[in-house]
Amino acid sequence: MAATTSDAGTRRDFIYVASASMGAVGAAALAWPFIDQMNPTTAALALASTEVDLSAIQPGQQIVYKWRGHPLFVRRRTPAEIAAAKAVDVASLPDNNARNANVADNLPATDANRAIKPEWLVLIGVCTHLGCIPTVSTPAIPEGEYGGWLCHCHGSMYDTAGRIRKGPAPENLPVPPYAFLSDTRIKVG
Amino acid sequence: MHLKTLSLGLVAGLLVSSAAFAEGIDTKRLHPKEEKFSFEGPFGTYDRGALQRGFQVYKEVCAACHAANHLSFHNLDEKGGPEFTEAQAKALAAAVKVPAEPNDKGETTDEKGVPLMRSATLADHFPPPYPNENAARANNGGALPPDLSMIVKAREGGAQYVYSILTGFHEKAPAGFKVTANKYFNPYFEGWNISMPSPLAANGVTYSDGTKATIEQQAHDVVTFLAWASEPKMEERKRFGFGTMAFLIVLAGLLFAAYRKLWKDQH
Amino acid sequence: MSGPSTYNPKSGFERWLDARLPLPRLMHDTMQTFPTPRNLNIWYTFGGILTFCLGVQIITGVVLAMHYVANAGLAFDSVEAIMRDVNYGWLIRYMHANGASMFFLAVYIHMFRGLYYGSYKAPRELIWIIGVLIYLLMMATAFFGYVLPWGQMSFWGATVITNLFSAIPVIGNHIATWLWGDFAVGDATLNRFFSLHYLLPFIIAGVVGLHIWALHVPGNNNPLGIDVKSPQDTLPFHPYYTVKDAFYLVLFVILFAGFVFYSPDFFGNPDNYQPANPLVTPPDIVPEWYLLPFYAMLRSIPNKLLGVIVMGGAIVTLVFIPWLDTSRVRSCRFRPLMKQFFWAFAVCCVLLGYCGAQAVDAARFGIPLVWVARIASLYYFAFFWLIMPIIGLIETPKKLPASIAQSVFGDNAATPAE
Repeated sequence: MAATTSDAGTRRDFIYVASASMGAVGAAALAWPFIDQMNPTTAALALASTEVDLSAIQPGQQIVYKWRGHPLFVRRRTPAEIAAAKAVDVASLPDNNARNANVADNLPATDANRAIKPEWLVLIGVCTHLGCIPTVSTPAIPEGEYGGWLCHCHGSMYDTAGRIRKGPAPENLPVPPYAFLSDTRIKVG
Repeated sequence: MHLKTLSLGLVAGLLVSSAAFAEGIDTKRLHPKEEKFSFEGPFGTYDRGALQRGFQVYKEVCAACHAANHLSFHNLDEKGGPEFTEAQAKALAAAVKVPAEPNDKGETTDEKGVPLMRSATLADHFPPPYPNENAARANNGGALPPDLSMIVKAREGGAQYVYSILTGFHEKAPAGFKVTANKYFNPYFEGWNISMPSPLAANGVTYSDGTKATIEQQAHDVVTFLAWASEPKMEERKRFGFGTMAFLIVLAGLLFAAYRKLWKDQH
Repeated sequence: MSGPSTYNPKSGFERWLDARLPLPRLMHDTMQTFPTPRNLNIWYTFGGILTFCLGVQIITGVVLAMHYVANAGLAFDSVEAIMRDVNYGWLIRYMHANGASMFFLAVYIHMFRGLYYGSYKAPRELIWIIGVLIYLLMMATAFFGYVLPWGQMSFWGATVITNLFSAIPVIGNHIATWLWGDFAVGDATLNRFFSLHYLLPFIIAGVVGLHIWALHVPGNNNPLGIDVKSPQDTLPFHPYYTVKDAFYLVLFVILFAGFVFYSPDFFGNPDNYQPANPLVTPPDIVPEWYLLPFYAMLRSIPNKLLGVIVMGGAIVTLVFIPWLDTSRVRSCRFRPLMKQFFWAFAVCCVLLGYCGAQAVDAARFGIPLVWVARIASLYYFAFFWLIMPIIGLIETPKKLPASIAQSVFGDNAATPAE
């Protein structure tokens, strides 16, 4: 490079640094759209809510809907099932976290923290071990030892509040965000 | 140099020359009217009122025959569009019926063969007025009403062209021109015979904001709506454009200074 | 000129890497210390600009391919979903579509630069030939890409161009059917065009590597067309040409951004916003602007097979240029006669492009444009096959400067204005 005075040298360095920095900022700003385009589209987000009609579900019965690509368990609990859920000492649970999107984080997994109305249990039906769909336990055909669900893949057992009791699954079945629109209708998501 | 000048002159001349002549009456479509729209120019935006009124015109007049398959109800409350509230958009959706998913018995029609319907939600696309092309043609004298989602971008002349068509039906045909049977006269359409009868009538819709619903007003509003339907991201695009150009101009200035400083003694 | 490497690895890691895979050495030798003539002007920045364009097309293209569906029933709607629903999909799509036009704008300037300054002459013939190969690959890529949105122009452009192959005697129809995978352009065609459109840019990238490698053997030509004679004639590529190229690149990007943000459909055709309809031909089928000159040549010949041969011949002709030009002087700066014919050639290409965009039976000032296209096509071939050989022999060139350094720094430099 041609020799320059130190004064011209620092001025040239400033222009270099300024140009290079601005170029870097521009490149970073340009990168964002290319990263964000992989996020869900507005069409996918529009499908992010589902409304469920509860009127046809009998006590002790579960129906499975689809929500955000996952199975959604909507179970109408019998008084016996609710009582069994309330009777559990939550301190002894493998996972004492409510895992409920409708309440604050890190609350204990009491039955009250797992359902808005005790009669209705709304859960995402994906086993927290490796993602299989657990089978619901009914009085006619019991599954697992706790009256809730049994995951046939690796033997995880959930109780009547969807909490993990036995087996390799680390967490309770999650409760998605939902709200009652009326006594017979909920909106999930 | 002479050859270069001569050649350039020839090219320039060709570019400004007039159109070809034809025998008899030239039924080449008239140049579109020069209607001004709020969304023109590098800083143009969509007029919200016009978009909402235009949606009303589309819904009450055009949707009977024209589909808009690329539009969804959730577009109605998104930024850059008519910007209805979410509640309004849901209500607009709920007022529209779409074919229902199969019921528990796997049926999609009732016992009389009528398709089962449900209210639309924000996730649904605007339903087409006809189930397929043949039905559309059968109901429109053999002509297919085009989908309007992209009409402003799919026609030479864009918004001005569509506006001219909608407001061109009242023009008088010149003496000696015979309109083809089952067609209508419109000099802004190529060939002057268009299959669509004039869709707009004075006070054909009643605007909820009290604007007088002249044909020109309705046409202006529905064309604004259709321009948005073709380009829902236009406002975002122009906003980004401004920021990008400003950034690039500053960067160019910095790089120019660097270039000149660096090369000062090398030229 | 490629000479011995001057790279000196400093850190332990650099020495370790240099002994195993000398990439830093390659970068140092080709992009840092590479001796470049000190008199390169704006027209020499387009090589770097073209590399940028290839990068933009590949990145935007790969991202678009995450959302595009190559099925005749879904393609058009998938492109609209990109425009409406995918986050910033409109931006990426417009960058890709306008990026293709910018790519060709840059490549034509780059090619005309090569013609004017005699960059195709010995010892750079192979750089030029590899460049023609890149140009061919670009045209194929652009043709396949334009079909993908499956609009009216996509479909009918594909139909017209693939039908050209049926002009070949005896086997032509079999070739056309083989290309289509069906009896006409359809879903099978779309799928294979998508596959090829994804593949070719990476082949282009490889051939561009060969192009730059071949360039680095003799080194750059320069506007004077005279060889580098001493180190005073050159400057290290970095920082002189990295900074200069960056500046002109930003100017180019400003033009690019102008189209993307303010007139994104300028180069497009409204008919392509209508879904493809095999039963309705649009009144005027036109390819994208960068293919118009060849389209005009094709249409100016009434015979189908001859039209194809003439169009193909126009591109193949480019390969022979290094041997067609008999002049011993490279740069048109010193070739007063050739310079005039060069500009006439440039005008002729623009004229052909204009003719290609008009209807087949159009006329201006009472002259049918098909005759204008014929005369312009004749000049196109005459320029390469007659004018280049003859002018090189009969022309008296101007006196060349003694050296690049003398021309840049010298007192009475023999550098006439262009």
